[in-house]
Amino acid sequence: MNTIKRFLGIVWILLGPVAVYYLVKTAASEIAKKPVIDTKIQWAVFIIVFLPIAIGMVIFGYYALKGEYDHLPANSQEL
Amino acid sequence: MMQPTESKKIWQVIAASSVGTLIEWYDFYIFGSLATVIASQFFPKTNPTAALLSTLATFAAGFIVRPFGALVFGRLGDLIGRKYTFLLTLIIMGGSTFAIGLVPRYDVIGFAAPLIVLLLRLLQGLALGGEYGGAATYVAEHSPANKRGYFTSWIQTTATLGLFLSLGVILATRHLMASDQTTSIERFNRWGWRIPFWASIILVGISIYIRMRMNESPLFARIKSEGKISVNPLKESFGHKTNLKMVLLALFGATMGQGVVWYTGQFYAQSFLENACKIDFDQSRTILIWGILFATPFFIVFGGWSDKIGRKWIMLTGMLLAICTYSVIFKQFLSLTDPKTRTEVSEQRKVLENKTIASEKNPSDSIHVITSEVHYSDGSIFKEVKADTLFADAAHAAVTKTSTTFKDKKVDSATYWKLVLLIFVLIIYVTMVYGPIAAFLVELFPTRIRYTSMSLPYHIGNGVFGGLCPFIATLLTTIYVGDKLSGLWYPIIVGAVCLFIGAVYITNRIDPDVND
Repeated sequence: MNTIKRFLGIVWILLGPVAVYYLVKTAASEIAKKPVIDTKIQWAVFIIVFLPIAIGMVIFGYYALKGEYDHLPANSQEL
Repeated sequence: MMQPTESKKIWQVIAASSVGTLIEWYDFYIFGSLATVIASQFFPKTNPTAALLSTLATFAAGFIVRPFGALVFGRLGDLIGRKYTFLLTLIIMGGSTFAIGLVPRYDVIGFAAPLIVLLLRLLQGLALGGEYGGAATYVAEHSPANKRGYFTSWIQTTATLGLFLSLGVILATRHLMASDQTTSIERFNRWGWRIPFWASIILVGISIYIRMRMNESPLFARIKSEGKISVNPLKESFGHKTNLKMVLLALFGATMGQGVVWYTGQFYAQSFLENACKIDFDQSRTILIWGILFATPFFIVFGGWSDKIGRKWIMLTGMLLAICTYSVIFKQFLSLTDPKTRTEVSEQRKVLENKTIASEKNPSDSIHVITSEVHYSDGSIFKEVKADTLFADAAHAAVTKTSTTFKDKKVDSATYWKLVLLIFVLIIYVTMVYGPIAAFLVELFPTRIRYTSMSLPYHIGNGVFGGLCPFIATLLTTIYVGDKLSGLWYPIIVGAVCLFIGAVYITNRIDPDVND
């Protein structure tokens, strides 16, 4: 199970940038279709909010790859 | 087994925490439920700056500010205590809600009106971000290990009951402004919408009185007396790898999926009934109210059950059922409200309006609009709008473009209850993912940084992934116009990723001791 957890870390590391790429691509095409202030704000909010979350996903994947989730802490002494 | 005095005390703790949290949700929802009326009073579309502020008020408060509220008040809660922090969030929320009800309209004080409303809405978002973590932590730290899921699930009912209360107060006010319905709705839209905002101050006053009489959480009081309080909760929560990895796991393996299931079941479903199925304003709301009423006890059922079998699989089963059945349920919404499946009683058809207007696209063309009330054999009544475009251009003069749409659908009793049943099922999924989550989050983090650590993943999961769900889903339907169900891709994809991460990485262990 721990091997699967670690290998899946690669998937999570890749998922962050892929999600951001898709988000930016869709934002650019939607703003080009309807270049009004509401559309720009909407998509800017999406990108600003989801960018740090995507970075979080990469960090999560990195921790998984390094085996940080092989054993979860059972009490505060392990934290 | 709890002693009677202990049992009485825990119910006082639950009541004090739940009433305050319920009122905060009520305050937060009335703004959203009255968004159209508020926009007409404060954010006129003719003024681009006011329209810009409207978009910011809608987006910023719910989605960006809530996680910041979690950080600000979470830190405060771990430094000065749970009791005073969530008293503060209650005062901020109640004060800003009451103040929104007092702000003069745009046509009275101009640009200051939308600006003040935006600032008050931001304060609402901040307060909400700080409230939940405090209430859940406070109750969990008073609960015995074998009943932590059960007792904290009472806090979990408040978000749904807050929506129930806000819908109920709005519907009641809308219909009680005058004996004649049309006058009543007109008065409500003019000034009556302020009443639900003013009502908040009474509820908040009562809640503050109750909470003032409560003691600090025993666990926090103990670590405070031992001098073990965290000096910098933010740094400890997010600067140390050992805790940060748990914050990330809580977000990606639990709250992210829980957030989309919650917002799809309670908010996108209502928006879908109103905007895609075109169900009448009152019916779409009462359907939700019944669904909520029948499903709410299940928060307690699943919270209590999680004390016996663990939190993980209840939450993940809820996510699995949701992502597997969303398409079927939403397809049923469309099919149950489809006029093609009904037989018209043609002798009862009434023409309500017959007019010719200039086309917006080309003012020299004209559009002939006939609005009729159509009665069906099953008792349903829909409004049919038939628009014929008459082209001024000689080349198209012989051509008439006709479009027929339906709106304000009042469905028959049997269909109504079928829709209630489907909404009930969606909210059952919400109770599965949301009932046990407070206990799950509390058990992941130590007392000294619990408020900060659990608040952030909760509010990113619910505020960002969940809160954006109705917007992103609606946006998807405008991008992929041909597929009315395309909005469901977002909750299904996010839910599936979360389900997978949760299944692989989260343990089903119930922490026997949160006193650390």
